[in-house]
Amino acid sequence: MSEVPTSEIMERTKTIELRVLRYRPVSDHEPVFQAYQVPYSDDMSVLQVLQSVKDTQDGTLSFRWSCRMAICGSCGMMINGDPRLACNTFVRDLAPNPVTVEPLRNFPIERDLVVTVGDFVKKIESIYPYIIPKTPKSIEAGEYLQTPAQMAAYESFSDCINCMLCYAACPQFGANPDFIGPGAMALLQRYNGDSRDGGQQLRLDSIAGEDGVWSCTAVGVCSDACPKQVDPANAVNQNKTKSALDFFLRFIRPKDQGAGAKS
Amino acid sequence: MHHVDTDILILGAGGAGLRAAIAAAQSAPELNIALVSKVFPMRSHTVAAEGGSAGVVQSHDSLENHFHDTVAGGDWLCEQDVVDYFVSRCTPEMVQLEHWGCPWSRKPDGHINVRAFGGMKIERTWFAADRSGFHILHTLFQTSIQFPSIRRFDEYFCVDLLSDEGRVQGAVMLALSTGEFTAIHAKAVVIATGGAGRVYSQNTNGGIVTGDGMALAYRHGVPLRDMEFVQYHPTCMPGTGLLFTEACRGEGAFLLNKNGDRYLQDYGLGPASPEPRNKFMELGPRDRLSQAFWHEERKGNTVSTPQGATVLLDLRHLGRAKIKERLPLICEMAEQFMGIDPATTPIPVRPAVHYTMGGILVDINTASPLAGLYAAGECSSVGIHGANRLGSNSLAELSVFGRVAGEQAAKFAKMAGPAKRSTQTEAVEAKALALLTQKGDGERHATMRAEMAASMEKGCGIYRLGPEMRETCDTLANLKQRMAGVTLEDKSRVWNTDWITAIELGYQLDVAEAMAHSAIAREESRGAHQRIDGFEQRDDARFLRHSLAHYQDGGPPTISYGPVKITHLPPAQRAYGALGEQADAAARATAGNKDVAHV
Repeated sequence: MSEVPTSEIMERTKTIELRVLRYRPVSDHEPVFQAYQVPYSDDMSVLQVLQSVKDTQDGTLSFRWSCRMAICGSCGMMINGDPRLACNTFVRDLAPNPVTVEPLRNFPIERDLVVTVGDFVKKIESIYPYIIPKTPKSIEAGEYLQTPAQMAAYESFSDCINCMLCYAACPQFGANPDFIGPGAMALLQRYNGDSRDGGQQLRLDSIAGEDGVWSCTAVGVCSDACPKQVDPANAVNQNKTKSALDFFLRFIRPKDQGAGAKS
Repeated sequence: MHHVDTDILILGAGGAGLRAAIAAAQSAPELNIALVSKVFPMRSHTVAAEGGSAGVVQSHDSLENHFHDTVAGGDWLCEQDVVDYFVSRCTPEMVQLEHWGCPWSRKPDGHINVRAFGGMKIERTWFAADRSGFHILHTLFQTSIQFPSIRRFDEYFCVDLLSDEGRVQGAVMLALSTGEFTAIHAKAVVIATGGAGRVYSQNTNGGIVTGDGMALAYRHGVPLRDMEFVQYHPTCMPGTGLLFTEACRGEGAFLLNKNGDRYLQDYGLGPASPEPRNKFMELGPRDRLSQAFWHEERKGNTVSTPQGATVLLDLRHLGRAKIKERLPLICEMAEQFMGIDPATTPIPVRPAVHYTMGGILVDINTASPLAGLYAAGECSSVGIHGANRLGSNSLAELSVFGRVAGEQAAKFAKMAGPAKRSTQTEAVEAKALALLTQKGDGERHATMRAEMAASMEKGCGIYRLGPEMRETCDTLANLKQRMAGVTLEDKSRVWNTDWITAIELGYQLDVAEAMAHSAIAREESRGAHQRIDGFEQRDDARFLRHSLAHYQDGGPPTISYGPVKITHLPPAQRAYGALGEQADAAARATAGNKDVAHV
C-alpha cells in the first residue's frame, strides 16, 4: 500500500569520517588507508556505514557480512584498534571522532577487509568437533538424557560463532600462526564437556603438541574480545589441567589402557 | 576454467545442504560429494533461526494434530501426502540432531523440552534457547566434518547450472578469493540455497539470501511454485527488520498497541486471557498477526519511532530470570541495537519479510522435473507450507527433506551414467565475464536493488492491490532491461563483491518477477496473499491450486496452475481463537469422525 511507507530510514543528519585500510592485491604494493565522509544516524552500525560507502560512494570496497545480528560471525574486523563485529558496533558510540576500520589482526589479508579464514577452519576440523558417542544409541531409542546441570558444563562453549575475534586478540597466535588458538580450544571443550561424548582422549591428544594448549601464556584477552561470552580462556585453562594430568598419567600406565575414547 | 568431476553436487551448505551431504555420505559412502557454498557453512542463514523446530513428543499431542495445524495454517494449499510424510519424520530427525550433539534445551529430568508456537494446537517446538538455527547449523557443519567423501568448496559462488540432454550435468562456480571459474560435473545436483527475502527492503534475512538457486533452476525450465506467498513475520526490529522470535510469544509475551491494548482480540483471535492459550491471540499464525498490524497502523493505533510505526512486544511480566534463560539472544539484540532492557521496557516491533513459502517445484522425493536435479529447504516448494508457513516448520523441513534430497540424489547418481562434460561451460564463463567488463551507462546496481526492494514492498506487501502489483511488475521489467546498462566500478578478480552482488541482483529480479506475476494472477485472498481490490475472499473453486511460474527469456514469466493434493482434510474455514474452538466443536458434532478438521 502506497500511503504508508513500509520501510523508513532515520534521517542521516550527521557525518562521520571512516578510515578504511584498503588492499587490492594486483594494484597495491601494501595496504593504504582511504578516508570516506559518510552521513549517518544514531541507529547505524559500523557495518551499515560500510554498506553505505559501498552502495553510494565506492563499489570497489570489499568486506564480508551477512546476518547483521551478531550470529553468523562474518563481519569481524579491527575497529579503532579493537577486534569487533561491525554489525553490533554502533557509530554513535565512536562519533564524532574518525572511525578506523582494518582487517582482523593476525590473519593474512586477501583484499581490503577480507582475511584468510581457511586456516582457522582447518584448526576446527582438526580437533574432532563432533560427538563420538560414549554409548551408541538408535534413533528409535530416543534422545540421550542430559540434565540442565550436565548441559551447563559445555553450553557456553557451544555458543562460539567462529568470528575469530579471539584470534585477532591473541598475542600467541600472532607470534605463531600454527597455535591451535582460543576458538578451536573452546570448541574442543564444548565436546569434551558433553556427557554424551566419549572422544575426550582423542581430542586431548590432538592438542598435546607444541602448537597445542601449551602455547597459551594465559593472557586472557581472548575472553575479553569474545562477543558471545564464550570465555575461551577458561576452555584453554581446563585443558591445560587435563593435558598435564594426561601427561603424567602416561608415565603410570600405557596410553592404550588409559582413559581412551572408547573405554 | 578448472574442472572437477563428482557424483553429487550440493549447492548451499546451510541446514538443508549439510543435512543432504551427510545423508548422501551415509547412504552411499562410495560416492564423491561436492558441497559448495558462497560463504563458509556456518555463515549460512540457517544460523539466524531462533525459535525452534517442530516434532511431536508429548503424549497428548499427535501427528494428526501437527498435520492439521500445518494444513490449516497453510490455508489448505498444502500437499497433504507430503505433509503426512513430513510430520512423521520430524521427531526422528530432531532426535538425530540430538544424537549429533545439538544442545536442545532440557527439562530437569534430562528429557528435551518443547515450547508453544503460533498456530499450534499443542506445544511441540524443540528449542535450543533462542539460538535453535545457530545450534542446528553448527551441529550439522561439525558433524559433516567426519565424512571424508564430502569435499567442500567454501566461498564458491554458483554462476549457472549445466543441463544437457534433459538432465542436469553440474554447475559452474566462481571462486571468490581468486575470481577463477571451476566447472563441477556431477551426476546429480541438490539445490539448497535458501530463500529470497532480500528482494524486499525490510526483511529479517542475511545479505546472502538472494534466491540464487531458485533463479538458476527457473532459468533451466523448472517452474517456481506458489511464489506469491511471502511471509511477513509480525515481530521484527523497525529499520533493520531483524527478528524477535515467535518464541517470545510462545513464552507468553503480549502484543500491545499505543493505548496498551492487546489489539489482536479485535481481529478474530480473542478473547484475551492473561495466560497464553495455544492458537489464541499472540499465538495466532504469522499472516494474521502481520495483517492485524497493518490495520492498527491505519487506525492510528501504532507507536511512532524514528524508524517508522511499531507495536509493542511486552515481555515484562515473564520476569528477568525467565527472559534471560529462554530468550538470551532477544535480550542481547534489544539491549545492543535498541538500548532496551526487555525485562523493564516493551520492545517496539513491526512486520518484516521473513520467508519464501514457494520455491523450486519438487515432488515428495525432492525431485524436480529436470532429471537429476533435487531441491530442499527454503529454496524448494515440496508442498508443506501452502499459503502460510507455520512457525518451527522450516527447521524441521530442512532436516527432513535435506535428508531425503541427499538420499535420493545418491540413488540417482548410482544409477546414472557419468556426467557429460558440457560444452556450455565456456559460454557461462564468458557471460559472467561480460558483466564484469561491460561498458554500461554508469548506473550503480545498488540503486537498482533498492528500487526493486521498495517496489516489492509497495506492490507485494501484506495487503495487495491490482494496480500496485502491475506497477511492481512494470518496475521489475524495467530494472531487468537496465541490467544491460550497469557498469561495475570494480574490474578486478580477487574478492570482487561488486561483481557478485550484480550477478545476485540478476537472480533477485527473476525471483521477484515470479513473485509479482504469480501474485497478480491469483484473484483471491489466501494465507499470506491478501487482496483488497475485490478479491478479499478465498476462492477454492478457482484457486485451490498451486501457481507455477515459468521462466521466459526476455519477457515476463507465464503463470499456470497445478492441482493440490487433498488426502483426508477437506478445505474448511480457517479460524483461530474462540472462532477456531467453535469451528472445531461444530466439525466434531457434525461428523463424529476423528479425521475431521479441528482447526
